[in-house]
Amino acid sequence: MTSTITPDTSATADISVEEQQFNDLIEADSRIEPRDWMPEGYRKSLVRQISQHAHSEIIGMQPESNWITRAPSLKRKAILMAKVQDEAGHGLYLYSAAQTLGATRDDMTDALIAGKARYSSIFNYPTPSWADMGSIGWLVDGAAICNQVPLCRASYGPYGRAMVRICKEESFHQRQGFEILLELMQGTDEQRQMAQDSVNRWYWPALMMFGPPDDDSPNSAQSMAWKIKRHSNDELRQRFVNMLVPQAAVLGVTLPDPDLHFNEQTQQWDLGVIDWTEFHEVLAGRGPNNAQRLQRRRDAHEDGAWVREAAAAYAMKQNARTQSARTEEMAAK
Amino acid sequence: MTTPGDSAAEIWPLWEVFVRSNRGLSHVHVGSLHAPDETLAVRNARDLYTRRSEGVSVWVVPAAAITTSDPDAKGAFFESPAGKNYRHASYYSKSEGVKHL
Repeated sequence: MTSTITPDTSATADISVEEQQFNDLIEADSRIEPRDWMPEGYRKSLVRQISQHAHSEIIGMQPESNWITRAPSLKRKAILMAKVQDEAGHGLYLYSAAQTLGATRDDMTDALIAGKARYSSIFNYPTPSWADMGSIGWLVDGAAICNQVPLCRASYGPYGRAMVRICKEESFHQRQGFEILLELMQGTDEQRQMAQDSVNRWYWPALMMFGPPDDDSPNSAQSMAWKIKRHSNDELRQRFVNMLVPQAAVLGVTLPDPDLHFNEQTQQWDLGVIDWTEFHEVLAGRGPNNAQRLQRRRDAHEDGAWVREAAAAYAMKQNARTQSARTEEMAAK
Repeated sequence: MTTPGDSAAEIWPLWEVFVRSNRGLSHVHVGSLHAPDETLAVRNARDLYTRRSEGVSVWVVPAAAITTSDPDAKGAFFESPAGKNYRHASYYSKSEGVKHL
């Protein structure tokens, strides 16, 4: 399989002109746009990645919206609402990007609701304390930013452009989360305990967000050859941990990894062993909240059906009215 | 050719969104969205693309109403300006050193 991964620009004899153009654009680090010819595998791979990403944003609204009514102050409530609204927006940017590849919104939604589509396993964890709003911002959004900044240069134009917008907005998410934890860490013993407990629960799942280790990541090599992905899972995970350690020191929290230590040789933080069985369990639908998250999304979709249908019916009626008015106008002339 | 995404399989059509960031500047394409009609498309565009004062005006256009050049004819279609560098001011070098030219 590996022999077909790198586009071979010298073998012009057996590939089409379009394919050669596509390979040249990728080679030149240019961008592929919706109406360009692209290999079926490239299209499929993008639809899979972008729609999973969109689903993650949409499902990702749930663990946080859980706290909107119980936020400790009006300021925090307003911030949380803005953040959850951003997640909805991110989902919509991404669904639109997937649609430029020929996927339909309804198909993508149906796949999610039927439990056939994947989304980031991180959103299947519960948010039992207010400090979890801090940890999600700091660790989960932090990991997302680390993953997403290189995606701004993804070879598919609409995906890259959507990621630019998303990254701009994510930095507010990460900072507000950090601030929540910082305030708790400067509070009472009980508040500090709450913050530390939350970091303990979110740290490992956040590291798993970068995906399986490089030697167990089936789609990575092809994605990198196509310049959709720019860095490997392990590379990005390492980069993230290197950033986290000094931030944890500012907060005064400990990271729950007894094996975490600075490697003088590589000048990086070496981490302990990640429990990949947990990752695969959650991905397979056996995480703490998988069923609940999906059920809630399904209910929201079904409860909102009448709104979508009514709006469509209204639009059709309006269209018909405009049409007949135009016909009468023409007849009158 | 219709825009991908605007198919019979969708309840709501796809719209392309253009935002003017400030008076005096052009509307610039920012992305697309779904909406049942133009009124809701404008409102959705405001909520989706101007949450941080990105614009003072929004245009929405049904994606299907946009006609584009054929991507396969890329080379030939845009060939005419090639070799016509006399259309650029930089082609005229003899006036170098002469002020206000």
